[in-house]
Amino acid sequence: MNKKIGFLAFAVVFVFLFLSAIYMHPFGEPDETGMDDYMIRGYYNETQDKWVGGAQNETGANNVVTSVVFDYRGFDTLGEATVLFTAVAGVGLALRRRKK
Amino acid sequence: MKEMSKIVRTITNILYSFIIIFGFYIIMHGHLTPGGGFQGGAVVASAFALLAISYGALKIRRMLKKENFSVSECSGLLAFIGLAFLGISTAFFYNFITGGAIFGNIPAGINPGDLNTGGVIPLMNIAVGVEVLSAIGLIILYMFTAGREVKE
Amino acid sequence: MMEHFPFVAVVILISLGVYALMFKRNLIKIVIGVCLIESGVNLFLITLGYVKGGIAPIYTHAPDTRMVLPTPQALTLTSIVIGLATTALMLSFAVLIYRHYNSIDAKNVRRLRG
Repeated sequence: MNKKIGFLAFAVVFVFLFLSAIYMHPFGEPDETGMDDYMIRGYYNETQDKWVGGAQNETGANNVVTSVVFDYRGFDTLGEATVLFTAVAGVGLALRRRKK
Repeated sequence: MKEMSKIVRTITNILYSFIIIFGFYIIMHGHLTPGGGFQGGAVVASAFALLAISYGALKIRRMLKKENFSVSECSGLLAFIGLAFLGISTAFFYNFITGGAIFGNIPAGINPGDLNTGGVIPLMNIAVGVEVLSAIGLIILYMFTAGREVKE
Repeated sequence: MMEHFPFVAVVILISLGVYALMFKRNLIKIVIGVCLIESGVNLFLITLGYVKGGIAPIYTHAPDTRMVLPTPQALTLTSIVIGLATTALMLSFAVLIYRHYNSIDAKNVRRLRG
């Protein structure tokens, strides 16, 4: 009985995910504008074009992804370093040996 | 875990220094080519995993010590926070080293990159790289030496 | 449907992970299911930012075409590191549960005991 309800729930989740994957925007054109708007405007996403165009001048690095990680979104990198430090503390707490 | 045969240990002795140097190359050129602190730190930690697998759980405690890793991880994280606080006059995480004589001019357009024009970003890459390699090395060491020997 | 193929691949990965999470009783297999779900989500983040005919967003020796959006790649870096932290903590808790209950079946470790 429990297994039947489990299979029904799994089937509902799978159908929901599959339908939402079919009805997404086509792969290769982000920011649901369609090709006519892109022909008029010339870019897909306004903030990303500002960052890609100005990253060399403002940060001085050739790699736009590194300048996004460390300069435009540096606060997220600080949170990620803290999460890694906390995970190591948790593993060291769980797997220690007591000296007899 | 028992140690592996003589062939594996010989190849590991030759190979692990090249892996460490390659990982540091990925960390240092993080602002010019794909890579950076996190990716290079993971590559260096894989060299520690290779050492741990080929030498076994009993001998690895004498080769890599946990206290050295703990010191380097904490100093890497503190250096990262210190670099973030140094530009506090304008904003948190401000890039305060651009232009000037030592640090070169900012390039424009498509070019082969220079190593010193990134401002504060290469220093942040080194700090995060040291922290990530120590953290993943500590996780590997803790999980490797957590077992107990059972005599049958 | 062929132009949505990366999104269908993401759905297959996530549903395999949910299946392993719901219907398996070994604790290590449940951890593998969570790891599969995280891999599916990282792939989904990267495929959101693709521009047709674009190159990697790096200016060193780059050809002169459009560039892919850089922000989803930065978010995926953070997500991979957090997935590593979660998997390490879950595996060490599985070792602790085995030491305490002497069994790794999820049906035996239910009662609060001791």
